[in-house]
Amino acid sequence: MELLRGEGRARPVSKALWTAGYYAGVVAICVPFVFVFFWMAMGALKTQVQNTAYPPLWVFRPTFENFRKVFIANHFWTFIQNSVIVSGGATGVALLLGLPAAHAIARYRQRGVALGILVARMAPHLSYVVPFFILFQKLGWIDTYLCMILSHLVITLPIVVWIMIGAFEDVPLELEEAARIDGCSRWRVFTRISLPVCRTALATAVILSFIFSWNNFIFALILTGPERRTLPVAVFNFITSDEIDWGGLSAAATLITLPILLLILLVQRHIVRGLTAGGLKE
Amino acid sequence: MVNRTELQTGSPTAVSAPRAPRPGVFFERHFGHLMPLPAALCISLLIIFPLAFNLYMSLQTWFVSSATPPRYVGLQNFAEIFGKDARFWNSMWITAEFTVISVLLELVLGLLIAVYLHRDFAGRGIVRTVMLLPMVSTPVAVALIWVIMFNPSLGILNYLLSLVGMKPLLWLGHPRTALPSLIFMDIWKWTPFMVLILHAGLQSLPFTPFEAALIDGASRWQLFRYVTLPLLRPTVAVALIFRTMDSLKTFDTIYVMTEGGPNNATEVLNIYVFETGFKYFHIGYASALAVILIIFVFAVNLLLIRVRERSWSY
Repeated sequence: MELLRGEGRARPVSKALWTAGYYAGVVAICVPFVFVFFWMAMGALKTQVQNTAYPPLWVFRPTFENFRKVFIANHFWTFIQNSVIVSGGATGVALLLGLPAAHAIARYRQRGVALGILVARMAPHLSYVVPFFILFQKLGWIDTYLCMILSHLVITLPIVVWIMIGAFEDVPLELEEAARIDGCSRWRVFTRISLPVCRTALATAVILSFIFSWNNFIFALILTGPERRTLPVAVFNFITSDEIDWGGLSAAATLITLPILLLILLVQRHIVRGLTAGGLKE
Repeated sequence: MVNRTELQTGSPTAVSAPRAPRPGVFFERHFGHLMPLPAALCISLLIIFPLAFNLYMSLQTWFVSSATPPRYVGLQNFAEIFGKDARFWNSMWITAEFTVISVLLELVLGLLIAVYLHRDFAGRGIVRTVMLLPMVSTPVAVALIWVIMFNPSLGILNYLLSLVGMKPLLWLGHPRTALPSLIFMDIWKWTPFMVLILHAGLQSLPFTPFEAALIDGASRWQLFRYVTLPLLRPTVAVALIFRTMDSLKTFDTIYVMTEGGPNNATEVLNIYVFETGFKYFHIGYASALAVILIIFVFAVNLLLIRVRERSWSY
């Protein structure tokens, strides 16, 4: 590998310089991606006057007033609760339906099901909004958890199934056969062998499914009223008023981002595979 | 002896054969078909219902706000869309422009960064987390932060421009700069996706071709151009397909940042469908647009997948 680097014969001093230069490049690449989140946090800790100062303030006394306001005046606890219930519910249902399906697709070559899931993955959400809106209105389910969880299955089910197909295919066949010979039913092989072996992929699937449901805006926009509104719509409503409350908006954006950051830190090692599940297999 | 043959066939039904069939036996026998059944039912409902609804409604004229029921008009909606709806053709053009430009720029930038990061260094986990954040963060939330940064009079971007002596821009506020601004934001959000996929692809490349080329005296550029790039082609294809698939679905960020404006300069097909359905409540027309959207998206995706199978893989 030394040869590839082209610096194998360099002297120590210039090598140190090279390394320093390389790290500077890495930092330069990362700065734009981090900056937006940094600016979000800064905005959340500034007062309205500080937020509208020009040139922008870099040093100031942080205030937590925005967060307090978001919770008290904007009822954020309700929206957080709604988001957790909808995303958790949609992920849970997706696991119940998707795990057996993924196992069957991986082991019993159920191509038709896989194709259906791929179609659901590709379909633009805008082709769902009108039918869902009319249907749920007719059923009187608008602004309920039920219609939100059902519509979010469009997002969560393909994620769970695609990630888990790859994982189940990687379980050594010998392992499952050994269990079968010892008298395990197929169902027990699934629950006691395959699932525990795939727990890393399972964690990735759960977290990605939760995040993408958590992030979804369009279904909540048309299917919820004030009762069951989820966080993305609540955050969006900050700009519909006449004067934009920059601090409150930034605080709300920070609150919706923090859980994602924590979840990502848990699985960052495995997530690249998860994001491209179904694509990166040879 | 009996036990041994049972072990060899390995079938538990053989063990329990003398007993009366239990309810589990049916499940066991049709396991492969029963397991995916709930998901298959659910998925077909989730796909077939909206599709059927859109197809049916696209042949009607119906305003959801009016008291009159839907009225069958045949292909009139489609004739109107293709024949005289300039707004539709505008939105098709903008969808194509947005998708092609942003996906290609993301690919090039992503490839450059992935190659740069393709070596051992301390802190790779941190860089990976940094790269993950933009793409998994809530589109609405980060789009609103971009709205703040794009603000023409107070925003940080115009301030940065003024530092290097450039004139301030209107960003989202001007028809000429609105779409480039949205693409700029999309590149910020999705280049990391390209980086992570291509980086994973680079790391899984076999070592022998590089060794052979080095022994033959290839330069670093030749290595990259004639060994790395061709080997990376399947990964590039996958990255392109995934990005195009999602780029054609972009709605949240555009809706939040410009709502399709100014002057419809950023109105992609998704926004037009939404406005027709939920601003004008013209359900029949919106459904016809949705049908076109579905066909368009699937045609592009199938084309990409076909190209990948035919000539981009080995």
